[in-house]
Parts: sequence; structure tokens; C-alpha cells
Amino acid sequence: MNRRSLLKHIALGALVAGTTLTACKSEPPPPPPAPAAPAKPAPLKVGFVYVGPVGDAGWTYAHDLGRKALEAKFGDKVQTTFVEKVPEGPDAERVIRDLVTQGNKVIFATSFGYGDAMAKVAKDFPDVYFEHATGFKTAPNLRVYEGKFWEDAYLAGVLAGKMTKSNVLGFVATFPIPEVLRNINAYTLGAQSVNPKVKTKVVWVSSWFDPPKETEAAQSLMNQGADVLLQNTDSTAVLQAAEKNGKYAFGWDSDMSAFAPKAHLASCALNWGVYYVKAIEDVMNKTWKVENTKWGIKEGMNDFVKVADFVPEDVKKKVAETKAGIVDGSIQVFKGPLLDNTGKVLLKKGEVADDAWRSQVNFYVKGVEGKVPSGK
Amino acid sequence: MNELALLVAAMLSAGTPLAIAGLGLLVNERAGVLNLGAEGMMLMSAVAGFAAAYHTGSDWVAFAAGAAVGAAAAAAFGWLVIWLNTNQYATGLALSLFGGGFSAFVGVSYVGRKLVERSHYSVPLLRDLPFLGTAFFEQHPMVYIAIALAGAMAWFLYRTRAGLVLRSIGESPDSAHALGYPVRRIRLAAVMFGGALCGISGAYLSTVYAPLWVEGMTAGRGWIALALTVFATWRPARVMLGAYLFGGVTMLQLHLQGLGVQIANQFMSMLPYVATIVVLVIISRNPLWIRLNMPASLGKPFFPGA
Repeated sequence: MNRRSLLKHIALGALVAGTTLTACKSEPPPPPPAPAAPAKPAPLKVGFVYVGPVGDAGWTYAHDLGRKALEAKFGDKVQTTFVEKVPEGPDAERVIRDLVTQGNKVIFATSFGYGDAMAKVAKDFPDVYFEHATGFKTAPNLRVYEGKFWEDAYLAGVLAGKMTKSNVLGFVATFPIPEVLRNINAYTLGAQSVNPKVKTKVVWVSSWFDPPKETEAAQSLMNQGADVLLQNTDSTAVLQAAEKNGKYAFGWDSDMSAFAPKAHLASCALNWGVYYVKAIEDVMNKTWKVENTKWGIKEGMNDFVKVADFVPEDVKKKVAETKAGIVDGSIQVFKGPLLDNTGKVLLKKGEVADDAWRSQVNFYVKGVEGKVPSGK
Repeated sequence: MNELALLVAAMLSAGTPLAIAGLGLLVNERAGVLNLGAEGMMLMSAVAGFAAAYHTGSDWVAFAAGAAVGAAAAAAFGWLVIWLNTNQYATGLALSLFGGGFSAFVGVSYVGRKLVERSHYSVPLLRDLPFLGTAFFEQHPMVYIAIALAGAMAWFLYRTRAGLVLRSIGESPDSAHALGYPVRRIRLAAVMFGGALCGISGAYLSTVYAPLWVEGMTAGRGWIALALTVFATWRPARVMLGAYLFGGVTMLQLHLQGLGVQIANQFMSMLPYVATIVVLVIISRNPLWIRLNMPASLGKPFFPGA
């Protein structure tokens, strides 16, 4: 064997491993209901497509809690199935198609990257209802829903701005899409609302779920002086890295207080259940119509929970006031005057951002360091 | 200055799992056996190590568990390729795929679990040195063990009789057999040693580096370690160099992002791979050097008495 063929074999091995390691699991469907009285209708079958493993304690875990809320609410009137660890790409379409052909009448796809796949499959199955989280493409049987995560990020910023000693905050980010950029900006704006000296450093890991890399990113931010971290990756790695280094961080997607008792300041938790229950009620009552749902703290879709006991009382009070302000609308996260970090005016004094504005966030606000990475 | 020291410390920590796995694979390749199952062994050991640390709270028990699982998997591989003469490439790939799936399966209940408080390590006295203390002397002991291991391995391979026998088996198993050496048993021992080190590397990732378990968490580090041994022309010191270089550029690109350097982050993510390959190709560009160092029987089955 010569060296070239050895390399070829290794490369081939890596390729095979890369493409086949993604296994899919689905919960074994409960035994079919015994043939009961004919009056009893068959359960409504609902399928979920998850991007991570349900045990991630983050994004997918939060969606799975929503699925469980659905089962708790409707009992045997619904039957749910999920497929976890579905890559955002051609595989997604196959999985969604599969779920539809298994008889699921409602499909929830829970990651941004499933948009194209959902639109394609929705076209082929007009009698199935498609629900896409954090998406923007709609069709007669495809609608989108989203939480106002930036409200949580803003509250985290308020807390971070009060707790930071170095006045440097860190953000471990995934992909430069509006959803993520909104969170980075809201985090920074929240911190600036109580501490104008704050700066935010951002590191992109190009993955929703890669704990060793998230750890490395968190470590490099802390090495550069950041002492309060927020992330929108889906694992507890950033929080645990902060714990190890004696710094602060937040839980994201779900209550992560148990993972880092000393580092955990609070958690930005998602409660998808409220929307899932509403969506299924729409289907059952035949009131389903195309919508672009954006719910926040007010509707219970997301919440800022478990503020740590060691946070000083006045800071806790400030966070509670801000939260109340967001709920009653007196505090707007994105409002003028707002500048980006090159000095360009984004919103003039008195202007308040609307949904269209928020869906096109592709910049860093003043106080965030660096430049938004682009595909160019 | 302190920032630079912290960067160096992070580089050492990031390079260590690759170094340990690379050194292990180097030994079995020196004996003529190519084990492409590194990734699978690392994953199985990562979950075993995490479970051990979860139940006992000790890193050292975790490393022992990881080493045991890695060695056991390697022994199964060794039995297949050394005694049954199955194809080393196919068997190694099978081990890799099996390890990925099996570790995910047995590890389900450990996903999202938290290990007990991690202890901090530092070298007394030396840690107080300015710069050097932060950069080099506040590491997990495994970081130093990896360096010591590289030294010990270079000494073993090139300065001891046993090392000479090992290398001769990798060069010409038939000659070694004719001289009366138990080729198969020595190869098995080398494969198991390689597996044990891959196991320690996996356990280091899941209990010290991350520290948490999720399926597929080694994220290709086993393949990188395999490639390292080739590019390092099977020399321990170069494996170390490659490992730290890879770890270093990985950390450096994240660090540059934090500094706001305006380079596309997709390009940055690619850098560690490119930099490591380029540097190792440059230092091993002499074809004679490769021919001198590459074990001549690597990947070939051995039939005693044939």
C-alpha cells in the first residue's frame, strides 16, 4: 500500500462516517387504540421534526415539553410522533414526507432551516397542516410561529449590565440570521439601558449543537475579558464553561439552573406548549388559517425565569420592572434613536421597530464589536 | 499579555485529546495495523468515561474506564484483522460506525446529565510565574501526561529492543516471524494499546474538556488523529506538533472572532484543517523520509508460515 491510497482510504472513511452517523429515532407509537365504539373518532396524528436530540436540555427539549403539553391537554384525542436530530437539508424533506405518509395531519417543524422542505411538502399535501417554527415562508396550508426571544435576551442584558465587572459581555452565536442577530442586539441594548459602558464580543460557532466547540468559543470570550455570557446554541456547554471559570452565564431555551449553580444568573425559557395547544385547537375547531404568529412574554410563549438568589435585590427589582414594562408595552426593545456599530442610523428618534424591520436585522447595534459575517 | 497566556493554555488543552489518540494510533500503525475505528472507540470510551465520572466523581476512574473500553473494542478489532485476516479498512470503518451508534444507544440516559464539581489543577510554585504560570501550569494533569507519553514513546520506539521488535513487525512481519517473534500477539498488544489511548482521549473529551456527553460529541477528532499520524510520518514528536497546531488554530480562530477580525467565519472554521495539513506536508515533503518512516506492512494482513 502506498501513501496515496492510504490517504484515500482515510478520506473515504471520514466521508462514510460523516454521512451515516446521523441516525433517526422516533418514539414507538403507542399501541393502536382497541376498536371501540364507532362514535369515538380516531386520534389526530401530529408529527414533530426536531433539529437536536430531545435530551439537549435546550431548544429541542423545550419543543418536546410543548409536545408533552399537547398530550397532557388532549389525552387520547391526539397521537404524537417525533423524529429527532434531523439535519437541516435534503434529509429534512424526506423525514417530513415520511411523517405525512404515516398519517400525521399536523406537522410541526422546529428549526429555521426546514423552510424550503416544508414549503415543498406542503404543496404536495394540501389536506395536511404545516407549522414551521421561526420561519417566514407561508402557503395556504403552511404557517409560521415564533417566540419573541429578543425580549428574554433584553432582560438577560439588563441583568448582565448590572452584574458585569469588566463591562465586556460575550455572546456565543450560531448562524448570522435575523433571529440570532436580534438576540445579540437585544442583549447589548438591555445591558446598555443600565450600563452605557458595556461592549459585547461575539464568536460564531456555525452550529446549533456542538458542545466541545461551544466550550472553546466560551473559553475564548472569557479569555478576552468577557464576564457574562449568553448563547443561542442549544446545549449547556457555555453555562458549564462559565461555571468552571468563575464567570456568569444564562440558560437558554429551558431552565438550566441545575447545571451551573454559581454561574447561572437566570434562564431564557421557552414554552411552546401554549402555541401547540392553540394550533391543535384551530385544527380541531376548523378555524385554522394562515398566520404569522409572534408571541412573547405576554402570551407566555417565552419567559425569563429563575433569577439567581445571589443577584442583589435592586437588580432583581430592575429586572422585574423591565419585564412588566415589556408585557404592558411601555418598554420597546428596538426603538429609536438606534445606531448600528458603524454609526448608521437604523431607527430615528421616536420610531419603533415593527415585524418587518425585525425580520431584516442584519447588523450589529452600537456596542457590539466586529462585523456581521456574511456569505460574500 | 495575560490574554496571550490564556490563549496558549487553551491551545494546549484543545490539542491534548488529539495528541493522546494520535500517539496511540501511531503505535499500532508502527506494528503494521491500521485501525480506522478510532472515532468509534473514542465515542464508546467517551460515554463510558462520562458514566464512570458521573457515578464515582473521579476523573481517574473515568480515564481507566475509557481506556478499558477502548482496549476492549480494539481487541475485538485485533482479533478480526490479525487472526481472521479480515480487511483492515472495512473492519475499522465498521468499528467506527458501530461505535458511533452503540455509544448513542447506551448513552441516552446520560445526555444532559451534569458531572459533579470539576476540580482545578495547577502546579504549585510554577503556577505563580508570570505569563508562564497561566500559560503552562494550570492544566489538567492529562496535558502533561500526554507530553511525557510522547517522550516515552520516542524513547521506546527508537532506543529500546522492544521498540525495535515492534517496528520490525511493522516493516516485515515475515522476517520477525522467522526470527521467532510472536507477530500476532505483539500486533494485538499494539492494537490494544492504541485503543486504550484513544479511550483515554475520548474520556478526556467527555469528562474534562466539554464536560458533558452527547452522541457524536467527538465530532471527527478520531479521524483527525488518524490523519495526523500519516502527516506526521509516524514520528511521536510530529504528532504532538500537529495536535497542538490543530488545537492552536482552532482556538486562535475563535479568538480572532472575539477580537472582531473581519474574516468570514466559515473560512476561519476551515483554518485548523488547512494549517495542520500544510505545515505537516511541508515538514514531511521529502519522499525518501516518508518511505523510510512508513511501516512497510501497514494495512497488509500477515499469514504466518505462508
